Amino acid sequence: MQFYSDGIPGIDPHELTGRLIVMEGADGSGRSTQMDILRDYLENKGHATVNVGLRRSTLVSAELQEAKQGNVLGEITRSLFYATDFADQLENRIIPAMKAGFIVLADRYIYTLMARDIARGADRDWVRSLYGIALVPDLVIYVKVSPAQLIERNLRKNATLDYWESGMDLGLSRDSFDSFIRYQRLIQKEFALMQAEYGFATVNGNLSIRSVAREISSRVMEISGL
Amino acid sequence: MIINPGQESYPGRLIAVEGLDGSGKSTQLYLLKRWLEMKGLKVFFTEWNSSLLIKKATSKGKKRQLLTPTTFSLIHCTDFADRYERQILPLLKAGYIVLCDRYIYTAFARDAVRGCSPPWLYNLYSFACHPDMTLFFNTPLPVALNRILGGRPQLKYHEAGMDLGLSHDPYESFRIFQGRIFEEYLGMKERFNFIEIDGTAHIEKQQQMVRELITATIDLPRYRFKTLI
Repeated sequence: MQFYSDGIPGIDPHELTGRLIVMEGADGSGRSTQMDILRDYLENKGHATVNVGLRRSTLVSAELQEAKQGNVLGEITRSLFYATDFADQLENRIIPAMKAGFIVLADRYIYTLMARDIARGADRDWVRSLYGIALVPDLVIYVKVSPAQLIERNLRKNATLDYWESGMDLGLSRDSFDSFIRYQRLIQKEFALMQAEYGFATVNGNLSIRSVAREISSRVMEISGL
Repeated sequence: MIINPGQESYPGRLIAVEGLDGSGKSTQLYLLKRWLEMKGLKVFFTEWNSSLLIKKATSKGKKRQLLTPTTFSLIHCTDFADRYERQILPLLKAGYIVLCDRYIYTAFARDAVRGCSPPWLYNLYSFACHPDMTLFFNTPLPVALNRILGGRPQLKYHEAGMDLGLSHDPYESFRIFQGRIFEEYLGMKERFNFIEIDGTAHIEKQQQMVRELITATIDLPRYRFKTLI
């Protein structure tokens, strides 16, 4: 294993014998469903897994949840708050599990956080250095679904579009439908730019659950030693 | 979103004080604030680690010892960013004299002692502009230590640097920790243009120096309130 840049003080990445598999994709991309299928698949093969995701840290998740309700955080403050949440989970869940030889399944990772920040005007280099503390995953699966499909799936599930997933705070449009489409395009564009640097395994999420799962498990099998 | 320091200039002025615990910086900044206020100037004071929004998380993290060097650094930066975005920057744009008790250099010193990489730290705080004046209260280590350890014997865990595992004795840990921070400050002095104030001089003497420096650097009458109450 290695860190993207400076990493975490006092951690030798060579001690981390586990694996890190990341799944990225918008709400409604089928990410969580695929995460469950992948977990079953790995456990069936005898691998122990640990799940992590965004906004689940002991340190700040409650405060972040609270801040999400009202528009009380500035852009930089929000970025840093999410980075704190990420760092807490990296140090207290991901790294210990990897030391113990687990496969860590991350339901979203730094790429979503970076794309969101950059879509809101953050400086690319600033964000990249901020997340230089992160471990380089063994595999990053990016489940890509067209914005039109995302809308259909979100409305089918919740009959409404989430404020943040529609990027309503950016003021792209006062209409949540239009805002959602434009915001998701921005995020996808950012993922496309990051693709070159971070090497995502992009999976076509417009396909059926079974064929997406098949595609994902074949990518996972390519990780050496699995 | 990210302000490029040096590229923009604001009508306000930013004055920061830095130094060890017990260096006398807070006392001096308080006296400066009173003086400026009584002159009828637009003054705003803010101190390190005081954002209401972030405070709950910080104190929980400290109390339950959840913090590592990285999260300690990030949560303090979040606190700073909240104060910066909501108060410091808008007030500078509105032509205020903003007084900061501790600024980004406190993070550079403390977090570097805790093992964070300085380039990472510099980048982390690169959204913040550098102060017009940074007053560094240079008080010899034994003097600063005596002021703290003499008067307030209950040291908090992080304040004493206990998380670094320097010593099991909080007082000994505090001494070593403060010594290392002092070294970091001295190393930053030139790079960030600290103006040194002799922290061993009498309070009145120091304040006189501070006021003279401010008067010589800042055109104070410009910062009067323009509207009548």
